Amino acid sequence: MAVPAAETHQGVGARVRRKEDERFLRGRGRYVGDIRFAGQLEVAFVRSPLAHGRIRRIHVPDAHAGMVFHAGHLEGVGGIRAVSGLPGFKVSEQPVLAQGKVRFAGEPIAMCVAATRAEAEDIAEQVVAEIDELPANVDMLRAVEPGAALVHEEWGDNLFLETLVDGDLDAVRSRAAVEVKRTFRTARQCMLPLEGKGAVVHYDRNVQQIVLYTSTQMPHIVRTGLAGCLGMDERRIRVVGPDVGGGFGWKGLLQPEEVCLAWLTLHLDRPVRWQEDRREHLVAAANCREHHYEITAWADPDGRLLGLDALAHVDAGAYSVYPFSACLEAAQVGSILPGPYDFEAYRCRTRSVCTNKPPIVPYRGVARTGVCFAMELIIDAIAREVGREPHEVRAINLVPASAMPFRNITGKDFDGGDYPASLAKAVDAIDVAAVRRRQRAGEPDGRRIGVGFATYTEQGAHGTSVYHGWGIPMVPGHEQAGARLTPDGTLELRVGNHSHGQSMETTLAQVANEILGIDPAKVDLVHGDTALTPYSTGTWGSRSAVMAGGAVATACEQLGERIKGIGAHLLQAPVDRVRIEGGRVVAGSASVDFKEVAATWYLKPQHLPAEVDQGGLEVVAGYRPKVDTGTFSYATHAALVAVDTETGGIELLDYVIVEDGGRLINPMVVDGQILGGAAQGIGTALYEEMPYDAGGQPLASTLADYLIPGAAEMPEVRILHMETPSPNTRFGQKGLGEGGAIAPPAAITNAVNDALRDLGIEMTESPLTPRRLLAALIEAEERTS
Amino acid sequence: VKAAAFDYARAETLEQAAGLLQQDGARIMAGCQSLGPMLNMRLAQPALLVDVNHCKGGRRAEVEGEVVVLGACVTHAMIEDGRVPEVGDRALARVAAGIAYRAIRTRGTIGGSLAHADPAGDWPTALAALGAEVEVVAAGGGRRRIAVADLVEGAFETLLRRDEVIETVRVPRLSPEGRFGYHKLSSRVGELSEGLCAVLRDPGRDVCRIVVGATDGKPYVVEDATTIVDDPGGIPELVKAAGLGHDPVHARLHAAAIRRALAELDRP
Repeated sequence: MAVPAAETHQGVGARVRRKEDERFLRGRGRYVGDIRFAGQLEVAFVRSPLAHGRIRRIHVPDAHAGMVFHAGHLEGVGGIRAVSGLPGFKVSEQPVLAQGKVRFAGEPIAMCVAATRAEAEDIAEQVVAEIDELPANVDMLRAVEPGAALVHEEWGDNLFLETLVDGDLDAVRSRAAVEVKRTFRTARQCMLPLEGKGAVVHYDRNVQQIVLYTSTQMPHIVRTGLAGCLGMDERRIRVVGPDVGGGFGWKGLLQPEEVCLAWLTLHLDRPVRWQEDRREHLVAAANCREHHYEITAWADPDGRLLGLDALAHVDAGAYSVYPFSACLEAAQVGSILPGPYDFEAYRCRTRSVCTNKPPIVPYRGVARTGVCFAMELIIDAIAREVGREPHEVRAINLVPASAMPFRNITGKDFDGGDYPASLAKAVDAIDVAAVRRRQRAGEPDGRRIGVGFATYTEQGAHGTSVYHGWGIPMVPGHEQAGARLTPDGTLELRVGNHSHGQSMETTLAQVANEILGIDPAKVDLVHGDTALTPYSTGTWGSRSAVMAGGAVATACEQLGERIKGIGAHLLQAPVDRVRIEGGRVVAGSASVDFKEVAATWYLKPQHLPAEVDQGGLEVVAGYRPKVDTGTFSYATHAALVAVDTETGGIELLDYVIVEDGGRLINPMVVDGQILGGAAQGIGTALYEEMPYDAGGQPLASTLADYLIPGAAEMPEVRILHMETPSPNTRFGQKGLGEGGAIAPPAAITNAVNDALRDLGIEMTESPLTPRRLLAALIEAEERTS
Repeated sequence: VKAAAFDYARAETLEQAAGLLQQDGARIMAGCQSLGPMLNMRLAQPALLVDVNHCKGGRRAEVEGEVVVLGACVTHAMIEDGRVPEVGDRALARVAAGIAYRAIRTRGTIGGSLAHADPAGDWPTALAALGAEVEVVAAGGGRRRIAVADLVEGAFETLLRRDEVIETVRVPRLSPEGRFGYHKLSSRVGELSEGLCAVLRDPGRDVCRIVVGATDGKPYVVEDATTIVDDPGGIPELVKAAGLGHDPVHARLHAAAIRRALAELDRP
């Protein structure tokens, strides 16, 4: 048989169309809400109407006894504990239904079951929790002052953890020509995936397992955590992630509702479902991004950064979430605030503050969005102080390509790239010179335009060496993948992480194609099911392309050896004379396809010699990068804005992203990731904010109040790629799924400040709502009049 | 968020609908674009929903002399698309095109919007400026006309009696030199307005009227606005007079909306 002509490249680097779109674009995905079991009941949670209080009594109308369950019913169910090993960390235990106290508005108090969700809500309306209200901690800066009400009385204060990255600043302070001090604040947000959190659970008698279908990013971790709460063997629990409509971190934890449902299905012996609705999400899951920074920076007369001293507060909410804990965010602030810059002295103190708000959860980019906002605004402040273009000051401070690989001031190992080149390309693409001319000429409509930049690094695929230091319940290690050739010669891949929009069914098939030459159409990905896949910490921290990609490549290589062994025999060629090409085993001008190899192994073993590898056509292989401190993708974002000083409106006239994600497995998927992230970053920059009143009530409980960018608010984002392969990963790929969401608040705010510079206005708080901007404009006018 | 249980009745005529409204807890349902979310969030828990979408004549649209008459169930999208007669200067179409999102406009109705009387809604302000009236029908078949400027009494409150239903909206046509200016400010496309102003300058009919919307209650009408139209310097005073001056940020947004609505009069 002749070798067919090489088809169009479908391996690593190809713009292969997404396999999963066949069902997604036809509305045929299967989400938690699409699953229904016979006899299934629906659950509505009664949630705390108060931010802080002591529960006196929960009153259930007699008519609904047996349909309503509160903490008193959940005998033997443990709370959620996510302890950090960092010294001084104070432990919170989150009861899965409030016990004794309520600590945030929206905290689950009871669950009500009925045939339909509407009827379950009818019951929930009649359940009354009598709660003695306590003063609520709404502002993290006041929560750490003496006399603040205590969220967890036994602590004696409201601090989960304080950390200090120490350094000697005296030398730079004494010789610096320039000192700038700024205070920055970023608002609390919701993650708002299109599909809310949801779970449906039943008990499978055949295998004596609780089967939890849940909208999750990490089925194996949920299983481990759930087994702990229920005091059960893990083998008695199976967790399945069906299609997941976005996660962004909100689905990267064990949630109290999952534990409640697992208990409930055992208690009732009925399948039960809970589907988070939008209002529940806005109220009970406003859980990310809230930071406060006080920063002093020292620089020389050229704007060369010499040192940085920071105090950062993170509003960590009421409890520590499993597995990431309440300290990940602030600890990350301390280690990544220096960003992509090289300077000599650094000190950062962080405080994870416990407040009466939902527990903080790492959202796309985790602390990076806040850190980038603080650092990039400081760079611009220095530039203004020394009278230079902000991009020039950035350029002289970025780690140069010649220094790569580079260990930065907090010990981060940057794995290559040309940061200044990404900035230079962005400066060029947004055309700063043209902007300056246009600013001098003025806009015909009276608006003010401005240009802003932000450069960042994104650490992805963090490994053991990064995570063990934080001592949280989950430390990632080796990633595994299974590869199985079916009797008809198609390939099944099995991985333990789970896609919530990452297109892994496509990209991992491309990896298999790269190794085995098999058509991606003949490759299926099995993922998201603890019964069918190797253990994995899941999909988080921009790790799947590196970790699952590396594991699938290794598994395919090992499977390829087995295929070659059988193929060589069929071709009557020595095994060292055959190779795999285009889904076939080739020896000279002869070849045999995978189908024949597989059929021989499974169905016609009489044709095989006795000494054939008995492992067959299925392997599980592990992978860990050569250096596991993480990949560092990076980018520069450049924004051109027009500011309407009459209305406080901000229009994005142009937006450029120059991104280096190492070798891209599928550039089209990467562009999708960048655009989606950028939309969320624009939300952080301009719209998204969960305000609270003095009593801790969330004030944006509908999408009429909690604004997110829509199609009309999205600019035409121009993406330019650079490709510097990582020396440490299988194909040189780097994690980059979060990056788009990191820089927009910084780039846009810098652009707005550029536009308003003549008016003496410098915005330092996100989001830049019209109200916030107009208040600053009015204040500036009053100052000068 | 699921609606509490309610009964549903589909009215064949508006008289019949008005009769059903006499029942306790009855509420009318037209396009359901405001009521729907209120039901789901249980902010509204009616005992009976009276569906008027299928009533005869609900989507009529015709010119009666100097007045365009629109059935109460004419949708924003029908107006936006020019599927109904215009009053002049594309006034109705321009207002309709800016209401919320297209999906909402395909179901939301002009009559429902007026009866809902949201101060930040478009039609109460725009139609008051255009000098429109509504004709309402009561349970016994009795009819009366109410000026839109009077219809809205306060936030979500109208003069409609319990058994009255809006049947038509009657909008006077502009003279050839008539100009309509309209501007709303919202923090995002499709959101409710934070600053809203409509102005009609129609020398042919001796009308010069400004209506300021997005107030705390009813739209603020200046029947003779000649002075401000000629000299926008009076805008801050107007904002104060409309009771919108206390918060400087808010006042600035209202002033900007008024200034831009006036500027629209002179657009090419």
